[in-house]
Amino acid sequence: MAGGSVIAQAEEQLRDGLESAAARVPGQLGRASLIGVALAYVGAFLVLPLLVVFVAALSKGAAAFLEAIQDPDAVSAILLTLTIAAVAVPLNLVFGVTAAWAISKYEFRGKGALITLIDLPFAVSPVISGLVFVLLFGAQGWFGEWLAERDLQVIFAVPGILLATVFVTFPFVARALIPLMQAQGREAEETALSLGASGWQTFCYVTLPNIRWGLLYGVLLCNARAMGEFGAVSVVSGHIRGLTNTVPLHIEILYNEYNQVGAFATASLLALLALVTLVAKTALDWRNSEGRAPQHKPVA
Amino acid sequence: MSRAAARVLPGFGLTLGYTILYLSLVVLIPLSATFLRSTELGLERFIAVVTAPRVLASLQLSFGASLLAALLNGVFGFIVAWVLVRHEFPGRKLIDALVDLPFALPTAVAGIALTALYAPNGWLGSLLEPLGIKVAFTPLGIVVALAFIGLPFVVRTLQPVLAELDRELEHAAHGLGATGWATFRLVVFPTLWPALLTGCALAFSRCVGEYGSVIFIAGNIPMVSEIAPLVIMTKLEQYEYAEATAIAVTMLLLSFTLMLAINALQLWAQRRQGVR
Repeated sequence: MAGGSVIAQAEEQLRDGLESAAARVPGQLGRASLIGVALAYVGAFLVLPLLVVFVAALSKGAAAFLEAIQDPDAVSAILLTLTIAAVAVPLNLVFGVTAAWAISKYEFRGKGALITLIDLPFAVSPVISGLVFVLLFGAQGWFGEWLAERDLQVIFAVPGILLATVFVTFPFVARALIPLMQAQGREAEETALSLGASGWQTFCYVTLPNIRWGLLYGVLLCNARAMGEFGAVSVVSGHIRGLTNTVPLHIEILYNEYNQVGAFATASLLALLALVTLVAKTALDWRNSEGRAPQHKPVA
Repeated sequence: MSRAAARVLPGFGLTLGYTILYLSLVVLIPLSATFLRSTELGLERFIAVVTAPRVLASLQLSFGASLLAALLNGVFGFIVAWVLVRHEFPGRKLIDALVDLPFALPTAVAGIALTALYAPNGWLGSLLEPLGIKVAFTPLGIVVALAFIGLPFVVRTLQPVLAELDRELEHAAHGLGATGWATFRLVVFPTLWPALLTGCALAFSRCVGEYGSVIFIAGNIPMVSEIAPLVIMTKLEQYEYAEATAIAVTMLLLSFTLMLAINALQLWAQRRQGVR
């Protein structure tokens, strides 16, 4: 048997060698042109747009750049964006962990439908995501009168921006965790419980360490979207400078005023955030593929 | 044994209850309210609003440009995914990481960046101008913005399937005398196309509702380069809430149908892969 496998191996090596020798000349040409096409496409659609943001931001020098991002309206927009993300991300984080726990640890009817419903906000246009809350809380909305009587404002105010952001970023954490926790099963938790741990201890000391990288992954994407959301926030914000302007809305105003340097300087902050997100996401991807690779092989 | 232990873990009621409550408050109730509000208009008015020439033109543009962008990404996204999985070259890992940029870059930033790039005086626009190709402020600009948004959907759906592809089959085809192209067409492509279709459908569905990256580059001329989400926005600014809602509900119905179709497509693709 051992001899048979050696012969088979040699045969395969010989065949591979002959094939690649035959395929080498036209193959290399094709290979180079394929790589060329891919690089050109990625260059025109990904690299250059990213580059142009930083070049335009610094086109009038560092002083103009610094002035633009220290403008009081820019600073208040940055603060508002940070505040919105600081509330919206934890809300969806708690939901994501809870939903992933329910879906991955128990069997119940309608699970597939529940997962589809959680994905729903991804299928909704950002503008419609904003409109939905205008119809509920706007002046002509269902709760409009009730809110007006109590002097509460949701639409064209910070609560509306928060609601729209929560809606738009709703699925990210749940989506990152559900497949991960389903793959992990519930054996570790059951063992911890049988050893006398409480439910909460089991979650904190067994589940949480197991899902921390997946959780971080979901939070990263959720945060990037929360800080960058434009369409939904644009509908509910009212664009009041210094009050209800988030960073993306501030960029739009500057751009429409033909303040190129200001718009691109502010945009470069969000582009930096995107780069940080990408680096962290890539690091997590590599980490995951290293951890997961040995598990995948026996299945194939 | 594991069946009996299925409910041993505590927190079923709490976690499922909270999941359904939060889902209802944030997503289901607001969306249902939108559908209910659209009925206030009456069927006749609803149809009149949705079939108004300007609205129809915008829906056609949103869906048409998204389709074109999906096709463009179907071809070039395929090549990008292929090159990233099959070939080793300097900068491969960097390009691989960069594919996710459209997920991470805020749409407004993408919008002004693409406009600056493809405007007549931009880096690429000034190269295309002498060839008579105008990108920014035309419907072509919309396709460019949507191609940017959709690229990662196609590449990321194809990559794992490409990586799992059984190279033995290609060797066998080659050994039997098939040319490279015949091997690709008859052996490789049939295994890949369900994933390709899924990726394109995901990109299409995301692009149909896209707003931020498009409005800067589009020019926004009614009947020519005005996308459907922008028409909703304009109606809202003119306080025509009922009309905006009617268009929104039409788009939601189309998007949800698309989402269900994609779910079915993914199931089918997975099953096909499993059978293989």
